[in-house]
Amino acid sequence: MQILEKSPFPGPKMQPWQYGAAFSFGVIFGITLYKSEVIRWERINAMFRFEELHMYIIIAVAIAVGIPSMWLIKRLEMKTVTGEEVPIKDPPFQRGVIYGGLTFGVGWAITAACPGPIYAQIGSGELAAIATLVGAVGGMFMYAILQRRLPH
Amino acid sequence: MTDALTGPWSPWISGILIGLMVPALYLVVGRRFGISSSLRHIGAMCAPSAKSEYIRLHNWRAHQWNLVLVVGVIVGAFVAAQFITSDPLPILPDEANSVGGVLRLGFGGALVGFGTRYAGGCTSGHTISGISNLNLPSVVATAAFFAGGLIATWGLSFLIFSGS
Repeated sequence: MQILEKSPFPGPKMQPWQYGAAFSFGVIFGITLYKSEVIRWERINAMFRFEELHMYIIIAVAIAVGIPSMWLIKRLEMKTVTGEEVPIKDPPFQRGVIYGGLTFGVGWAITAACPGPIYAQIGSGELAAIATLVGAVGGMFMYAILQRRLPH
Repeated sequence: MTDALTGPWSPWISGILIGLMVPALYLVVGRRFGISSSLRHIGAMCAPSAKSEYIRLHNWRAHQWNLVLVVGVIVGAFVAAQFITSDPLPILPDEANSVGGVLRLGFGGALVGFGTRYAGGCTSGHTISGISNLNLPSVVATAAFFAGGLIATWGLSFLIFSGS
């Protein structure tokens, strides 16, 4: 339970320029989400209808790049650019992984948005997605209120 | 070359760029790639005296980098839509721009916010970062995400836009 109570510091202290780097990576991610059409409702719907491979290729390739990258980082015991330990910090197993995961999946099929794409949809000028963001923050509050009563 | 940039990007290139977010953020920013925690940071920023400890005791300032990342995503999508797209395609179906559509998006959004926080991550935190780290719970989470999407699309189709 305590993993849910605490909000641990997310990693080593950041230098000011690293905030600029975080912004730049966000920009690249936002451009990619738009240009790859991951934020389009039709693409998400076609994925769940098994009508095209587009989304499956993107997710599979991203993982196929991520796994060897992380293997190398661990194997070579690489440090961050500021010489600190890399904060792996993966979420642990608890029943919410299944119940929450199913709930999110339903919402994903309705809105065509996981959290990253919500922001990208809004940025691209699709203002109806503001409703998705308001709902998402509301849903987060619902979780916060119910947290102690939900099975974890 | 211009067409390759301004037209839709190949899923292969896009997948590589998304996958590289994981080591890039770990090594350059010193942080784990994930987006859904931003919802909690926004909540803690807007409601510092919330009753729930999940919000009140959350030190969002320690996670400001994540909000910076999110602002970057908004700016990036704006730049992509305005300046590097020859033929913009619709993002959401037309029906989304109606009272019913907005309510439906709000409802779906609530499921996204509740579900990702309950699961401890989303497609970025679990499916991309978690599986890259061979984190087994993230594999289970990803299976649950897809199962939920399939249940909604095939079994609860009254929830889904008809796509016109």
